[in-house]
Amino acid sequence: MTNADPHPAVEVEDLAVSYGKVVALDGLRLTVAAGTVFGLLGPNGAGKTTLIRVLSTLLRQDRGQARVLGHDVLREPLAVRLAIGLAGQFAAVDAELTGRENLEMVGLLYRLPRAEARRRAAEILERFELTEAANRRVSTYSGGMRRRLDLAASLTGRPPVLLLDEPTTGLDPRSRQELWTIVDELRTTGTTVLLTTQYLEEADRLAQRIAVIDAGKVIAEGTPAELKSGAGTDVLRVRLADPAHLSAAEAVLADLTAAGTSVQRDVPAAELVLRVSRADASAEAIRRLDAKGLPVTVVQLTQPSLDDVFLALTGHTAEGAEAAKAAPEVAV
Amino acid sequence: MSIDTDRLGIVTRGGRQRLSFGAVLRDSQVLAVRQLRKTLRRPVYIVFAFVQPVIFVLLFRYIFGGAIDTGSTSYVNFLMPGIIVQTAVFGALITGIGLTEDLAAGVVDRLRSLPMSRAAVLFGRTAADLVINVLTLVVMAAVGVAVGFRPSEPAWKLALAFLIVLGFSYVFSWISAWVGLSVKNPETAQSAGFIWVFPLTFASSAFVPVETMPGAVRAFAEVNPMSLAVDAVRGLTIGSPPPTTPALQTLAWLAGLLLIFVPLAVRAFRRA
Repeated sequence: MTNADPHPAVEVEDLAVSYGKVVALDGLRLTVAAGTVFGLLGPNGAGKTTLIRVLSTLLRQDRGQARVLGHDVLREPLAVRLAIGLAGQFAAVDAELTGRENLEMVGLLYRLPRAEARRRAAEILERFELTEAANRRVSTYSGGMRRRLDLAASLTGRPPVLLLDEPTTGLDPRSRQELWTIVDELRTTGTTVLLTTQYLEEADRLAQRIAVIDAGKVIAEGTPAELKSGAGTDVLRVRLADPAHLSAAEAVLADLTAAGTSVQRDVPAAELVLRVSRADASAEAIRRLDAKGLPVTVVQLTQPSLDDVFLALTGHTAEGAEAAKAAPEVAV
Repeated sequence: MSIDTDRLGIVTRGGRQRLSFGAVLRDSQVLAVRQLRKTLRRPVYIVFAFVQPVIFVLLFRYIFGGAIDTGSTSYVNFLMPGIIVQTAVFGALITGIGLTEDLAAGVVDRLRSLPMSRAAVLFGRTAADLVINVLTLVVMAAVGVAVGFRPSEPAWKLALAFLIVLGFSYVFSWISAWVGLSVKNPETAQSAGFIWVFPLTFASSAFVPVETMPGAVRAFAEVNPMSLAVDAVRGLTIGSPPPTTPALQTLAWLAGLLLIFVPLAVRAFRRA
C-alpha cells in the first residue's frame, strides 16, 4: 500500500521551533522515503523529540512545513494522526486497565468499528506474545512488557508510518533485542519507521538511512556505510609487547597516518592508535616494526564507528553509554 | 494513502479538519468508560470519593454540631444539604488531579496523537467523574438518613435538589480541569484545588448560618454560589428557606461558569 504512494512518508522543510529563547529546531530539512527505516541520530537536546512532536501534531512549529504521506500537520492533523503510530520513551499505557482494554481503547480511538477494534487487539496481543497477560492489569506487568504493550498500542491502527522516539532507552538488553526484531519485521511489511536514538550502534543496526542531527539541524545524511566512509579513515591499533618501545614505534609509524592526523598514544594499554587511509596499513606497520625489532602483540584495523563519524561531524561525542566506550580513543 | 474520511466522521470545515458531532460523542463515551474503570480500580479514589465524605458527616454531626446554633431547625437537617453540596465540590477536585496524572504519565500524548477528538478527553473525564459523584451522593444521602436527616419535602423536590447538586458537581469538574491543566503537576493541582475550594465551602451557608459571620465574610458568603446552592437544596429538602430564588440564581451561576470554564479547559488541554 505505502510502496505505491506517490508521497514520501515524511517531508520536512525549514522547520523551526523554539521554547522561549531555547532553539530546539533551526531550519531542519528531512525526507523519509516510504517503506524504509530511517534513523535520526543525535545527542540529548539535539531536537529529536521536538521533531517527533511536530510530526505527531502534539506541537505546532514556529516556521516551516511538515507533511506525513503528503498531509500537512497543521492543515490536516486528523489525516496525519490516522497515518501515524507513536511510541515514546515511556510506556504511555493505563496501569489500571488490562492489556486488552488498553489496546481495544486505542483501536476505537483510531476510529475502528467496535468488532474490528476487538479483533485487532487480540491479533496484536498474540503477535507481541502478550495473550497470556492480556486480561491482567498492566500494573502487574514488568517494565519490558509495558513497553511492548506501548509499542503494540502504536501499531493498533495499522499505521503506515511509525514514529519511535528513543524506543530502547531504559530497556534491558533482551527487550532491546526484541524491539530490534520487531522493527526488522515492520520493514518487511512496508511500514515506514522513523526512529530517534542516541545509540549509534542502534541506528547502524536498524536504519537504512541515517540523519545526524545536532543543535536542531541535520548535519549529515546517508546510509550507515556512506556516513562511515565520509569519516574518511580507518583506525589502526598497534599493541606493543613492551611499553618502553612506544616512542620508537611512533617514530617508525608516523608517516602512515592520514593527512592532518597524528599518532595517538594509549600508554597504559601500550597501544598506538593511528588514523590511516592506506589499505595495506596493517601489513606495512607489522613489516616496519619487525624490521626495527619492536615486538608487537596485537594489530587491529577497524572501520570507523558511528562514534567516529559523530565526533568528526560535530567536534563532540554523542552522549550515553556508547559514547563512553569511544572516550579513551578520543581522550588520548 | 487515500483516507475515507467521511466514514470516519472527519469533515473539513473552514479549511480545517474536524470531527463530526457523532464522532466526538463516541470518543467521549470511550474515554468515559476508560476513566470509570480507572477510578473504580484505584482504592485511593474510592477512599477519596466515598469514605472521606462520610467522615465529614460524622465529624460535623457529632463533634462540631452540638456547638452550632441553627435555631428551630435541627443541626443534622441544616447540615446535610450543606455537606452534600460540599462533597459535590470536593468530588470535582479529582477531575483536575487525575488529568495532571495523565499528563505526567505520557498517556495524554498518546491520546492526542490519535485521530480522535481532543476535547473528548475532557468530556469523557467529566462525565465519568459525574457518574462517580452520583454514587457518592447516594452514599451520602443514605448516611444522612442513618444519622437522623429527615427531609420533609415531596419526592419531586428531592429529585430536583439532587439534580442541582449534580449540576454543581459537573460545573466544578470543569473548573477543576482548568486549574489542573494550568498548573500541570499533580501535587500542585491538589494544593491549588484546596486553595479555591476551602474558602468557597466554608465561607458559605454550608455548615453555619451566615448571620453569625463578620461583615465582609458574610457579604462574600451571601453571594457565594455555594451558599445559593445549599439554600436551594435546603428549601427543596427541609422546606426552608424558600428555594425558588436561590435555585434560579444557582442555575444562572452554573450556566455562566460552564460558558467560561469549558472553553478555558479545552484551550488549556490543547496547550498542555
